[in-house]
Amino acid sequence: MPTTAAREQLDGIRSTSDSIPEADSDRISEIRRDLLGRKSGRLTRLLRSLRDLEPGERKEIGAAANLLKNQVESALEAREQILSQQTASDDEVDLTMPSRKGWRGALHPVTTVVDEICEIFREIGFTRIVGPEAETEEYNFTKLNIPLDHPAADMQDSFYLAPGVVLRTHTSPMQAHTLEQYEPPIRIVVPGTVYRRDPFDPSHSPVFEQIEGLAVDEGISFVDFKAAIDFFVARFFAKGTSVRFRPSFFPFTEPSAEVDVGCPMCSGSGCSTCKQTGFMEIMGAGMVHPAVFERCGVDAEKYTGYAFGMGPHRIAMIRHGIPDIRMLFQNDMRMLSQFVD
Amino acid sequence: MLGQTVDPKDAAERLANAVAPVDAVEPIGDELADVIVALVQEVSQHPDADRLTVCRVDTGNGIVDVVCGAPNVTAGKKYPYASVGSVLPGDFKIKKLKIRGVESNGMLCSESEVDLGSEGGGLMELSVDSSPGTSLPEALKLRDTRLAIDVNPDRPDVLCHKGIARELGASLGINPRLCQIPGAPDDTKQPVRTGSTGEIAGVTVTIEDTEGCPRYMAAAVRGVEIGPSPVWLKSRMHSIGSRSINNVVDATNYILFELNQPLHAFDLDTLGGAVVIRNAQDGETLTTLDGELRELNAGMTMICDASKPIAVGGVMGDVGSEVTNSTTNILLECAYFEPKGIRATRTALKLTTDASYRFERGTDLQGMPDALRRAVSLIIAVAGGEEAEAPIDLYPNPIGHANVFLRPARVEHLLGVEIPIQEIEDYLTSVGFAVAPKDDRLAVQVPGWRPDVTREVDLIEEVARLRGYNSFPTEMRPFRPGTVPNDGIEILKARVRTALTANGLHEVRSVSFSRTPGPDAQPILNPLSADEAFLRTDLMTGLARSVEYNWSVRERNVRLFEIGTVFRRVGKDVRPAEQFHVAGVVTGARKATHWSNSSADNDYDLWDLKFLLEETVAVCGVGNIGENESGWAVTGEDGGRLGWAMEVVCDRPEWVARVFGFEVELTLGESTVRKFRTLPNTPPVERDLALVIPDGVDVAETETVMQEAAGPFLESVVIFDEYRTEGIGGRSVAWHLIFRAPGKTLRDRDADHAVKRIVETLEKKLDVRLRQA
Repeated sequence: MPTTAAREQLDGIRSTSDSIPEADSDRISEIRRDLLGRKSGRLTRLLRSLRDLEPGERKEIGAAANLLKNQVESALEAREQILSQQTASDDEVDLTMPSRKGWRGALHPVTTVVDEICEIFREIGFTRIVGPEAETEEYNFTKLNIPLDHPAADMQDSFYLAPGVVLRTHTSPMQAHTLEQYEPPIRIVVPGTVYRRDPFDPSHSPVFEQIEGLAVDEGISFVDFKAAIDFFVARFFAKGTSVRFRPSFFPFTEPSAEVDVGCPMCSGSGCSTCKQTGFMEIMGAGMVHPAVFERCGVDAEKYTGYAFGMGPHRIAMIRHGIPDIRMLFQNDMRMLSQFVD
Repeated sequence: MLGQTVDPKDAAERLANAVAPVDAVEPIGDELADVIVALVQEVSQHPDADRLTVCRVDTGNGIVDVVCGAPNVTAGKKYPYASVGSVLPGDFKIKKLKIRGVESNGMLCSESEVDLGSEGGGLMELSVDSSPGTSLPEALKLRDTRLAIDVNPDRPDVLCHKGIARELGASLGINPRLCQIPGAPDDTKQPVRTGSTGEIAGVTVTIEDTEGCPRYMAAAVRGVEIGPSPVWLKSRMHSIGSRSINNVVDATNYILFELNQPLHAFDLDTLGGAVVIRNAQDGETLTTLDGELRELNAGMTMICDASKPIAVGGVMGDVGSEVTNSTTNILLECAYFEPKGIRATRTALKLTTDASYRFERGTDLQGMPDALRRAVSLIIAVAGGEEAEAPIDLYPNPIGHANVFLRPARVEHLLGVEIPIQEIEDYLTSVGFAVAPKDDRLAVQVPGWRPDVTREVDLIEEVARLRGYNSFPTEMRPFRPGTVPNDGIEILKARVRTALTANGLHEVRSVSFSRTPGPDAQPILNPLSADEAFLRTDLMTGLARSVEYNWSVRERNVRLFEIGTVFRRVGKDVRPAEQFHVAGVVTGARKATHWSNSSADNDYDLWDLKFLLEETVAVCGVGNIGENESGWAVTGEDGGRLGWAMEVVCDRPEWVARVFGFEVELTLGESTVRKFRTLPNTPPVERDLALVIPDGVDVAETETVMQEAAGPFLESVVIFDEYRTEGIGGRSVAWHLIFRAPGKTLRDRDADHAVKRIVETLEKKLDVRLRQA
């Protein structure tokens, strides 16, 4: 085949291929057959006939033909795709068919509560640290001004690992560790697992989460304490939730306070969740007892501070309306999947 | 005591805000609302039973016949009456009955049936003016309101009515006074102070254990008549939910609840002329009033008479010296027992009583004489008799009132608000502190009923609570940032949680206990059950159990992870080593069901597991993954094992899928800052390579050889197919290779050369060959 004929054929094929973007689906099959048909396709035949050309020509025409073949193929493919999409939308797809979902995991509701609380306190300068779960009696009790013959130190209340070693009954030992390791100002929150020798029942668990808070500096007062707690409640609970501070007793705080918020279930009008009181206890707190400073080597005349403790399990139960604390340990997929956000 | 009626809700509110929360506000008398006063007009013998009578009863609402078995029923007297259909305490419903042929309409009641006493043998005679038909709570003035107060353990002073009245009085501006006792003598005798021994009414009293019992007072009342308490006292007992026993016991209980001073009445004539307060000896025994034989030990304080133990001091008396119906002379004990000793004793005996509860928290050492004198006059008022001689007061080492200094400036410093000195004084005096200015401080004398106040800060708390916590502002004042940095492990945990939830796993929290012993397992000395006797050494055991639990509720698709502490016993350390771990487990469908998916091959497999492990290790930034017999192992820089991943063996029902799990230590690595790599600006050249890999050669080593042989321009290798078939001498694996040269356009030729080198080298080194089509 002479070179000129080959060039003419190439041009002819090119002009056919230029019409592809406007072709309908019948025309597309026609063009495919016409150009790429296995036996009689024009491009197929041209490529097959390359061997008859002079070597120099062969190379040039061959390259052009190969390139054209690629272009034709991709143009056909692109047009077919567009046409098929048009067909699909013409076919009235049922858009109420369910979407293709991916699995999504949920954080445990207690984790979410812990994180939110820590985040809120972070806004007012509290950093987040953790500490050991096995503690000596010294750190769990004595340094916190809890004499070992105090009811809180009863063998019944604590799990012992060895004489003098307990699974911590609260996160408060981290107050002592931090006061010993760092110079004030101290502003920390400490989430962590704590242990009490209470068998499981709907509202008790031998293992649960607690968050400790501690702020120590020169000149920290009861007003600063109330301001921080008020800030937390305003951020964490629904708008307009009321806060109430009541006298209480903890060996490691003086004055000690119990903090109540307006019951989130009934907004204070009284219901079975809040035992008709309209309030829910959310934390124990108070000003750090000078005896704690003294036992941890901090100048109790110079420094003052406040401390608080909260139970994220209880808060998660209140928040989500979970009736039984054991459900938070059951690891039931049907429950956990409700907390995907 | 306040001289006026207070609204119960208001009182509860005031107490909660200044003292202690009120758990319940309950009406009293409602439980007897159905019971009325009835007059028995006529008593006649039951025609068919010797011991029964038939009474004509005026109920105020008609005359009815009631069959009665009580021996003391008398015409013309009034008794409590419950009509047919009414309900008595204990949910006892009155029905219409025929008793031996005679119809009985309702019931005449005894003391015990209306919960006003222990006497059940006869009817309760009512000596009231109320006409028949009056409700019993009205007639006996039982109607009242009971507040149940949750008293903090540091406030023994509010375990009694006077203490509560004092606090309410402070809030209302009223000075409380004790109520008049009807029929009490005008005066009682002044106690006589002695050392550690004294004599009264022929009884020599000696304190040997002055540590356990620093003060012991005794009064003698002769000629008492033990019997039922008067109605007013019964109704007081009823109002605190306690049952009337007899006049003397009721009197001592009344003082306990009124003044927080436990008392004990002994039958004076059984004492043999001596009372000794001494340390118990190991092995001594006595039978307490509850009928239990108790073994004592040294360290307990015991009260003995001339020959034997008669009480565990401050806890409970012995049956033998108890006041009985025939007692006529009593010795009344009013003592102070050391709180720590009482606590040890009641813990050892596992016996808590109203008395021990109060002694353990600290009673009023200074208020004992007043309490004893009030008790004596109450006993004389309700049981008769007379005080033969002055009480004795054994107080060998008298302790004065405690004094604490208070700096008004410190009040402001701690509370953040300036409070005028006069206001501070007023708060303190309102609840019984005596305040005297001294220099620029206040000298504060602490009343005996406040053992909790020992230092300045305790007084500041008094000021804060009496002013009202809610009266302080909540103003956010400037603060300084702290010196404690965030703990990186918490940040790492959050990143792991994000990675695993993004991959569809739900976070769980299991209890940290385990039932599995082992060389590393830390035992718990006092576990709640054998299932919880150890601390867990891994998280997977718990997760595997959770998978089985989910199967039990017909959940086939389970995807869980946990981040938690595991414990390991290390050598002779008394504290176990603690380490945060993360573990995950997946089983069932790796994707949610969708109508467009084929359901085949949709379950999690080893390769999903390997990805989860890689993700986790990548987030941690520590550890290398290698293969072993069962799956993969993660090792640290030092070769130490950090984790693993493998198929988990579970007790599998037929309808579930295979289970895959991993567990990795959470270790903080060096934090590295990633450097940006310049994006390529030259085109890639791609080649596919299908190779036959002989048995015994793995893809990791194949790829290593590939990389070495390829030269500098092999950018990436990705396996896109594997198949195994007989007769090709191994398995076929297909790779997609991408070549690229920075800064120049790579020619096909260059890629072809590289592929040729790769194929030749693989064949030579590993006997890996090109697959023949």
